Amino acid sequence: MNLTLKVWRQKNADTKGNFVTYKADHVSPDMSFLEMLDVVNEDLVKKGDDPIHFDHDCREGICGSCSLHINGRPHGPKQGIATCQLHMRSFKNNDTVVIEPWRAEAFPVIKDLATNRSAFDRIQVAGGFVSVNTGGVPDANVIPIPKVIADEAFNSATCIGCGACVAACKNASAMLFVSAKVSQMALLPQGQPERYRRVQAMVAQMDAEGFGSCTNTGACEAECPKEISITNIARMNRDYFTAKLFKEEEV
Amino acid sequence: MKLDAKIPEGPLAQKWSKHKFNLKLVNPANKRKYTVIVVGTGLAGASAAASLAELGYNVKAFCFQDSPRRAHSIAAQGGINAAKNYQNDGDSVHRLFYDTIKGGDYRAREGNVYRLAEVSVNIIDQCVAQGVPFAREYGGLLDNRSFGGSQVSRTFYARGQTGQQLLLGAYSALNRQINLGKVKMYTRHEMMDVVTVDGEAKGIVTRDLINGAIETHAAHAVLLCTGGYGNVFYLSTNAMGCNVTAAWKAHKRGAYFANPCFTQIHPTCIPVTGDHQSKLTLMSESLRNDGRVWAPKTVELAQKLRRGELKVTDLKEEDRDYFLERKYPAFGNLVPRDVASRNAKEMVDEGRGVGASGIAVYLDFAEAIGRLGEDTVRAKYGNLFDMYQQITDENPYKQPMRIYPAVHYTMGGLWVDYNLQTTVKGLYCLGEANFSDHGANRLGASALMQGLADGYFVIPYTLGDYLANIGPKAVDTSHPAFEETKRSVVERINKLLSLKGTKTANEYHRELGHIMWEYCGMARTEEGLIKAKGLIQALRADFWQNARVSGINEEFNQNLENAGRIADFLELGELMVDDALDRKESCGGHFRLESQTDEGEALRDDDNYAYAAAWEYKGDNQPEQLHKEELVFENVKLSQRSYK
Repeated sequence: MNLTLKVWRQKNADTKGNFVTYKADHVSPDMSFLEMLDVVNEDLVKKGDDPIHFDHDCREGICGSCSLHINGRPHGPKQGIATCQLHMRSFKNNDTVVIEPWRAEAFPVIKDLATNRSAFDRIQVAGGFVSVNTGGVPDANVIPIPKVIADEAFNSATCIGCGACVAACKNASAMLFVSAKVSQMALLPQGQPERYRRVQAMVAQMDAEGFGSCTNTGACEAECPKEISITNIARMNRDYFTAKLFKEEEV
Repeated sequence: MKLDAKIPEGPLAQKWSKHKFNLKLVNPANKRKYTVIVVGTGLAGASAAASLAELGYNVKAFCFQDSPRRAHSIAAQGGINAAKNYQNDGDSVHRLFYDTIKGGDYRAREGNVYRLAEVSVNIIDQCVAQGVPFAREYGGLLDNRSFGGSQVSRTFYARGQTGQQLLLGAYSALNRQINLGKVKMYTRHEMMDVVTVDGEAKGIVTRDLINGAIETHAAHAVLLCTGGYGNVFYLSTNAMGCNVTAAWKAHKRGAYFANPCFTQIHPTCIPVTGDHQSKLTLMSESLRNDGRVWAPKTVELAQKLRRGELKVTDLKEEDRDYFLERKYPAFGNLVPRDVASRNAKEMVDEGRGVGASGIAVYLDFAEAIGRLGEDTVRAKYGNLFDMYQQITDENPYKQPMRIYPAVHYTMGGLWVDYNLQTTVKGLYCLGEANFSDHGANRLGASALMQGLADGYFVIPYTLGDYLANIGPKAVDTSHPAFEETKRSVVERINKLLSLKGTKTANEYHRELGHIMWEYCGMARTEEGLIKAKGLIQALRADFWQNARVSGINEEFNQNLENAGRIADFLELGELMVDDALDRKESCGGHFRLESQTDEGEALRDDDNYAYAAAWEYKGDNQPEQLHKEELVFENVKLSQRSYK
């Protein structure tokens, strides 16, 4: 099939970007979306042009690097997958495909389709851990955890940190991402000692990074490649209010 | 230089305890006077950086990804082994040691493997304490499953995403130390070279991938935790960014490279569909518990299937050859990875391969679905079946999967002694990047174990000994070696950027991959390897003449990054071929057609090849010098592996 691509090109964070149109011809339906871009890029390099820059690494939907906004949707038209798992059979001959980076103030563009998502790291650094040192911990089976609780914590822990939730949200809110980590720890016994301290620290950092507020639209949940539930946001809000009203600690 | 593995004297089970006592310590007040560089933030790197910072050292950690959490350890699916014996099924440290050394076809060190088995139990405790959500039973205790190459259930897992959960655990420990100011994290930084002063590692040169700044960093010691080099084959299950550059630069600065030809080809991956393909996707080993591997009985039937004249579901039972069950009645579909891979290749070579390309065999769940029902199969393997359908557009509940082996892991790597120190003092190597624990074949669920063992429980002890010896004198980048090394890095970048030929770096990479796969892949011959050596030399020379690299250094330039990594692969490939040529025996994943049993299995030559081959770099385009570390087996009896 032959496609027309409208791709966001931006030299660096300091310059203004714009859409550039490219042709992608003889695209095989078995190609992945990123492989289609690889082919376009090979041609650009041969012509002496700058290839389209985008983040990608594992190409099997787990590292969270890939982050393309395709035809108005984070990770493209299909549910429950990252961009790298999208295949060209999801498109038709002569389609026009619009490709943009994540759009959020807290995720500034580095170049073309690659953005700086280090704000997510800083939120985790603020409190997304259990304070245990290596060694000196009890035997693993000393801490029994009901299977349903362990499974639910796991569901929250499947977040790949791609940022699609932020890109999908009209407020560019990071609540789904932050609440998934907060929930994982809050559900597990290991996370209890720092439960209220953690939620305050992470929310404070989230706000400092310039993410917007949650207005319960649910776009984040709909676009999340790991289908993380907004129940996590309710859990985080509960813990946050509990912390602020009854257990405030200096963080 | 004579290789000294520094394996402690004494009985196997006491070596590590005794060694720990004999290692020097750095007093707590002095630890803060030391700086340690950790390159790579996968399981080995993140766990090492966090643990060393907890002890009080100042750590500088580097990764080329945009976040330490994205290192490729994240993609490991199956699980992590530990000799906990929670199942009361006869597991022990000694049994895990034995299974690992046998699984590696007796080409690993006894001392290292025993230590690995010993600390495996601590790893699970540590991860659980961090909040890693392992699978649990209804009673609330940890669940286990079985993996290839062992007869006990010792694999801990977190659905099909064990690597992700373990890495997020190590990442959280790392984050805590960043928060406390003990780790300074550099993301989107690539290590370009090691700086040595009087033969000791004193720092590194990095490139900031966003603005191209070439920076120097000094430290008392440097730890390389930079993963494997499977991408030398172009197509592999590795992430796109996985590369050998850090290890290769260290090699050129004096670190010996050991057993480079030991690569693991995983039998169950989704086959290649066309020239555009950029990577291969693994289908977990666990599928072979219920899936049956087969190929059509005759070449004629295979041709009909390939041309679409016959539907796979219409093929009669008597026309199917369940070749693993036929040849290995005892282990059936659960033979180890190397054996399963070689047999699939044999089918394809005979012309009995399937799929449009003819390079695949079937993995069939019809029997399991009949026996267990579709719902049970879905509950066990649903996410893998979905992943398969996503990629191939075929429904594995209705027709068999097509699978074919693919490069998955590299057992070879930088040579290290028992302390994980390379042949360059002060330069350490951890995880997949070193060669130490898996011999010629790695068992499933052992890679995660090794990465975390090295980072959490080995290096925090062994590094202290070196640091105590050199003393806490402050380090900086004023020594001329830093400027010299930086200059050579800049020169190489300029050389790459000056390439304005007609072929992209990617095209060279693809060609190199074809050569490696054809001649240094699942089956190797003297003749083929000699041919490959010539082809690689010619390709490398051509690269430096006719490649095309775009852009400038002072910008985010993925084309330049890629070209630099491919240039290193073009050198490594030749060393792998040299190593495969030297080893005129078959063992584990290294199969020399000249050395097989009457039944076509790998035939070792223990009299002549029971050594680790450590290669010393002698200059560009010069033959490398081989050093042999004889492997001594005092606790296991070497025997021919049999799975009949």
